[in-house]
Amino acid sequence: MLARTVLRSVPFRGFARQSLNKTSSRASSSAAGSESTSSPFHLTVTASVATAIALGSATYLYGQEAFAMTPAEEGLHATQYPWEHAKWNKTFDHAALRRGFQVYREVCASCHSLTRVPWRSFVGVTHTVDEMKVFAEENEYDTEPNDQGDIEKRPGKLSDYIPAPYHNEEAARFANGGALPPDLSLIVKGRHGGCDYIFSLLTGYPDEPPAGATIQEGMNFNPYFPGTAIAMARVLFDGVVEYEDGTPATTSQMAKDVVEFLNWAAEPEMDDRKKMGFKALTLLTGLFALSVWVKRYKWAPIKTRKIVYSPPVPRR
Amino acid sequence: MAGALATSIYQTLIRRNAVYLTSIFAGAFALEIAYDTSTNRIWDAFNRGRQWKDIKYQYLNQAEEEDDE
Repeated sequence: MLARTVLRSVPFRGFARQSLNKTSSRASSSAAGSESTSSPFHLTVTASVATAIALGSATYLYGQEAFAMTPAEEGLHATQYPWEHAKWNKTFDHAALRRGFQVYREVCASCHSLTRVPWRSFVGVTHTVDEMKVFAEENEYDTEPNDQGDIEKRPGKLSDYIPAPYHNEEAARFANGGALPPDLSLIVKGRHGGCDYIFSLLTGYPDEPPAGATIQEGMNFNPYFPGTAIAMARVLFDGVVEYEDGTPATTSQMAKDVVEFLNWAAEPEMDDRKKMGFKALTLLTGLFALSVWVKRYKWAPIKTRKIVYSPPVPRR
Repeated sequence: MAGALATSIYQTLIRRNAVYLTSIFAGAFALEIAYDTSTNRIWDAFNRGRQWKDIKYQYLNQAEEEDDE
């Protein structure tokens, strides 16, 4: 629109000039040269302003990063901790895994399921076969239908999966005031920040919500939880669990153990994966050095040769 | 010197095809075992006290004692 009016104004001014100066041909705005044929100053200003407005509005509309959430809704970023088991050459600390499983069994398991982990996966990782059989037999599972088609109950076996505390999602929500406790099998992989986030969440409950924070009935304040209002209350207090190996059961110790245990539940293959990676990298480094040597060996005569041009001797 | 060594290797291993193939297979097995053993040892040194085999003696002994009682 603006550009069209600018263009339209050109012939009128050219026409006016033509009537004054007969010798000059029809002026065009793009022609440079004498003052009479160059584009007038106000046209340059108008075009510049129009371009600036267009660029500015485009930047305003599309160039900015959109923050849909407030910092409270985003949640406090978790502190980064130097996890020993996260190093490239370190396995899980299996004593910590054993303690973490104890914390899960005695604290978390009353609300959170761990449905993707069978009892057998603990054997040879944190517990002996006999210990795990005892744990499995404490639970009842459905049998296959018998001759009359009835489904009976049997004690658990090592091949069974850890039973969930609630039969279904509705029961879980009903028992927890509408909030669903998430399954913890893959929670370390399923949350931004992983171990850091869960550790910060478990240990980050303040004694009372800060001034100005409004918390609904039945909710708790935790700055690390997106939205800061979490249905889970603080569960880890000093001495909630009594460790069999005599480790002092402080809040942070229990949180650290259970986080490492949950990391194992999400990545049970990590120990073997790192070990194979270590072996493969070592071997491939040797092979790479060998291939470099072979390349240099083969190329040495080619790189060091000298090509001499001897011109043909002209015939007399 | 190197020539003598190469000649002896050629005479003992490479000259007969059956011996050559057998030595390749036997060498592959031997190298794999040696490499795995040495890397496992290094890995266990990295993770001393962290793995299940380092802590299981506590719980195995416990179970046996309970059985005895």
